[in-house]
Amino acid sequence: MPIVPLSRIATARSGDKGEGSNVGVLARSTASYVFLKRELTADRVKKHMHAINLGGVKRYEADNLRLLNFILLDSLGGGGSASLKTDAQGKTHGLAVLRMELDVPNEVLQATPEAT
Amino acid sequence: MTRKDKVLIANGQGFWGDSILAPVRLVNEGPLDYLTLDYLAEVTMSIMQKLRSRNPQAGYATDFVKLIDRILPQLVEKNIKVVANAGGVNPTACMDAVMAVVKKHGFKGVTVGIVEGDDILSRLDELMANGERFANMDTGAALSTVRKDVTSANVYLGAFPIAEALDRGAQIVITGRGTDPGLVLGPLIHEFGWKQSDYDLLAAGTVAGHIVECGAQCTGGNYTDWRRVPDMAKIGYPIIEARADGTFVVTKHDNTGGLVTESTIAHQLAYEMGDPRAYLGPDCSADFTSFKLEMDGKDRVLVRGVRGTAPTPTYKASISYRNGFKAVGELTISGPDALEKAKLCAEIVWQRLAHDGCEFAPEEKMVEFIGANVTHSGIASAERKDPSEIFLRIGVKSAIEAKVDRFGMEIVPLVTSGPPGVTGFAGGRPKATDIIGFWPALVSKTKIQHRVTLVTS
Repeated sequence: MPIVPLSRIATARSGDKGEGSNVGVLARSTASYVFLKRELTADRVKKHMHAINLGGVKRYEADNLRLLNFILLDSLGGGGSASLKTDAQGKTHGLAVLRMELDVPNEVLQATPEAT
Repeated sequence: MTRKDKVLIANGQGFWGDSILAPVRLVNEGPLDYLTLDYLAEVTMSIMQKLRSRNPQAGYATDFVKLIDRILPQLVEKNIKVVANAGGVNPTACMDAVMAVVKKHGFKGVTVGIVEGDDILSRLDELMANGERFANMDTGAALSTVRKDVTSANVYLGAFPIAEALDRGAQIVITGRGTDPGLVLGPLIHEFGWKQSDYDLLAAGTVAGHIVECGAQCTGGNYTDWRRVPDMAKIGYPIIEARADGTFVVTKHDNTGGLVTESTIAHQLAYEMGDPRAYLGPDCSADFTSFKLEMDGKDRVLVRGVRGTAPTPTYKASISYRNGFKAVGELTISGPDALEKAKLCAEIVWQRLAHDGCEFAPEEKMVEFIGANVTHSGIASAERKDPSEIFLRIGVKSAIEAKVDRFGMEIVPLVTSGPPGVTGFAGGRPKATDIIGFWPALVSKTKIQHRVTLVTS
């Protein structure tokens, strides 16, 4: 299985959510959604974002949007006006998650068009 | 009144500070029935209360009044209605300022309405005495623990007061704090006569409002596949084309830049999302897993099948309070050895402060070496070993204002007393500013009454 960045098979948007952030990972195809629903666990995102998020990670699913929604509970250095971080709103967290490298089966890659 | 077949509702302002040109373009570049504008964020309410405490005529979004001055002739000529939460903590003063603009232009018969009742700052003690604990939704603590430091307190009102103002003839509706989707849902309730028990329809209007509430973030702004987005400089702001049955199309005006696809809409649906099955609002709970997105022509996405359920018996309250002080200093450190020298600079600041008896706990200190992977910290594929320069951000927070100001004096000296190549100090000494904390809480709907007031020129 080839190792590819998550961005090959998904897109993402993130934003602030109290003292944490949410990262919505949107699969580029039905095949990649089925794969990610199994592989992209809350624990895997928590490990990947360990230096940014100091709290737990929760995952929600919305099949109609091919969306896995991750809540990073302590990722903003206090959140809102209390944060000293340059990204106090978690705007860049989506792209950070998309840098994750994954072993993706060839059939999933073939069923998932590349971004142009 | 006769019902329209479909209603066009645009968002021309996703937050205070968004493009001032976007709403001007929306009223000029194509058909429109409603222009909605969102000016409020949690921290904005606290700033506005501070401004109002110094000047009883302040505390609203002044940009909005300038905008009305610029677009009023088109609003009148094309009969476009405006719904904006520009009232902040002083909707009356905002209405007065807008009416002064209407009179200056000489238009007769223009009705401006305001929605009030969301601002509970002056009622907090009465509400607490009557059993409202305002328990912090994250920690469970009672509001009494920070009561003396509270700077603003507002409830998120729903969309029915906006519909009431429109029913009574307002062309411009100015609110204080309400939910962002309510700016879109209010006109839909007014146009289609939706009832408080029409949960699926109210949920459809809520989803529509959520999609457009951040302006161009659903039309190709902040989009992962940014190379696919044409003419971002002239990006079109979003328009909802809504029907009485709760189906709607998200689109933008012809001949504008940007991109509307199932993917750009799904991106925005994910924004600030919690549990997608239960998007709680004052008028309903919307199920974001219930509906379908499908293309309906170029730059048109049809949304149908939205389901909703009854709302809770409480309003969400947004309370802000003073929670200490902070300051951040910034310097640019050139190479060679930029990162190594930036690390030395930060260490020098902490050591010099300590020499003067000014120490900060680890959780009160922050250092970022921008250019050496700050935003994607800890992710190996983002690491860069030898950047040609570093933007150093170094900051502190503390309950003691004098300590934060003392820190601020220790940044610029690095230019002459640190390693070579330190510059970018034009901002001078950073000063302590207030940290505003947020206190999410709930309050019984029975304790809150809204008021709608109208004035006609």
